Amino acid sequence: MDQKKEYRVSRPISDTIFEIFVVVFLVLFVIITLYPVVNTVVLSFNDGIDAVRGGIYLWPRKFSMKNYKTVLAMQNIWTGAKVTVARTVIATLTSLFANALLAFVVSRKKFLFKSQLSLFWVITMYVNGGLIPVFLLYKNLGLTGTFHVYWIPGMISAFNMLVMRTYMEGIPESLEESAQLDGAGYFRVFKDIISPLCKPVYATIALFIAVWQWNSWFDAMIYNRMKTEYTTLQYELMKLLSSVMQQSGSAENAKNGANTITPITIRSAVTVVTMLPIVCLYPFLQRYFVTGLTIGGVKE
Amino acid sequence: MARKKTNEKVRTKITFKDIKKQGFLMVVSFFVVVYGIIFYYWPLTGWIMAFQNYKPKKGLLGSKFVGLDKFKFLFEDEVFIKVIRNTFAMGVINLVTTTIMAVLFAIILNEVRRAWIKKPIQTISYLPHFLSWIVVTSIIHVSLSPTGIVNDLLLRFGVIKQAINFFAFPKYFWPIVAFANCWKETGWNAIIYLAAITAIDPALYEAASIDGADRLQKIRYITFPGIKPTFLILLLMNVGNVLNAGFEVQYLLGNGLVQSVSQTIDIYVLKWGISQNDYSLGTAAGLFKSAVSIAIIVIANKLAKKYSDQRLF
Repeated sequence: MDQKKEYRVSRPISDTIFEIFVVVFLVLFVIITLYPVVNTVVLSFNDGIDAVRGGIYLWPRKFSMKNYKTVLAMQNIWTGAKVTVARTVIATLTSLFANALLAFVVSRKKFLFKSQLSLFWVITMYVNGGLIPVFLLYKNLGLTGTFHVYWIPGMISAFNMLVMRTYMEGIPESLEESAQLDGAGYFRVFKDIISPLCKPVYATIALFIAVWQWNSWFDAMIYNRMKTEYTTLQYELMKLLSSVMQQSGSAENAKNGANTITPITIRSAVTVVTMLPIVCLYPFLQRYFVTGLTIGGVKE
Repeated sequence: MARKKTNEKVRTKITFKDIKKQGFLMVVSFFVVVYGIIFYYWPLTGWIMAFQNYKPKKGLLGSKFVGLDKFKFLFEDEVFIKVIRNTFAMGVINLVTTTIMAVLFAIILNEVRRAWIKKPIQTISYLPHFLSWIVVTSIIHVSLSPTGIVNDLLLRFGVIKQAINFFAFPKYFWPIVAFANCWKETGWNAIIYLAAITAIDPALYEAASIDGADRLQKIRYITFPGIKPTFLILLLMNVGNVLNAGFEVQYLLGNGLVQSVSQTIDIYVLKWGISQNDYSLGTAAGLFKSAVSIAIIVIANKLAKKYSDQRLF
């Protein structure tokens, strides 16, 4: 408070100039961040033919729900949505459980192979087989062309496990010991003592996994390209986008400028459908993400 | 130090009785290790393919070894040389621009004292981080389209006379990729810098005010030195990822006309390995990337050590 008063009394002119700069910078920053998103939403509510003329900014010129009607009539969008929801739910649950259990094991101070097991997983953060050996492995295991390729291979991740381990190491050992005196085994300790205390970090990791799953497209493209029943929302949007990119990449279209296979308004509608859950939920969940980032950062 | 000591104490206390109770932990460990070997360690054997003429029918053991032939092919391929250049160039440009933006944003946001302004701006700044690259490229594509806002503004201010198709010219590609990265990650990357700024002793700022320093001088002489360690550590950590930073945007925004500047090592691996079924060539390119990445990490760590040693004195 005192500090503030002092500013008021003797504020150099340079501070006023600086403050103007701060305001201008932040206003521009907010506009540049939000405008493209808002504009995409607006376009998705505009008539398709009308939109080709351009000049649509913050409000639809010719309001229309037709884009969404078209999008919602597409079978592949529905399939994609179902698969995306399914993989997000299944992978989040299984992966959270697996990582938590592993974190529990390596955070037991008396466990015989504690440090070896940790090292085993830390190594996987730095070396990996690369795209092709992994692709061949999944093929040999019969994972390609199935739904399981979305949740089995990434189930345990060293990074998520380490974040949880750090958190669990902060829980006093005496809690575990007194439970063991009462005859509880390690599974009971995990289920009834440690897990209830780990709710915040579980929430963080679950959200990390869920967002990752929701946003994945590469696995759908590489492993399930031919399986339309296992397509995902992101991959459907990617296909729309890449057909447009290839068009604008041909010399003829470069001369003509616009003209695309899928109208920009339809693409916008698919984009909105794809990002909607995340845009709606992230403001309420952001504190969990930030917690995860800081725990993870300390770890490094 | 104190932590280490207690750890050692506990370790010596492990008794046979303790181990007997650890059956559950052992069983979990066993399954987890089997899982890890299958999904993380087994693919490492695949590197052998880089030195073979791998045929899926013959398998890893039956395929013919060809020594460094695949690497020779790679480095005689003009396309691959360009691909290396693109990967490095975009990796470095992205690292520099995203770091500058994150530091700038953190410092400026920190100058806002009122929480009811600061908090919403910060929340908005996270938004793009949570969107997938597909969504981001789709949004950027809308903005840069001939009827998009960028062409609109440029036309209105008379900078250009006719709408530009930004995706058709190689000269625009790297800036677009850099912008996309900044747009997506500035707010998120700034979190760590904001935390570092918060950790600076407020007494320093008060003392500076008494000495008559203006805000710019305070930033220069207090905030900058205060976040310098964080800045350097993050920079050294991210340098190892320079070659990894080049896949999604380039893959999604690249097209025939800008191929010469958009293709990166990962795209090359994908193209040869998965689309052309030349597993050996793809693996060789991937192995090259991994080797260079590891070399960069080792050098960066050496530098980091040297840097932290210097700080000790």
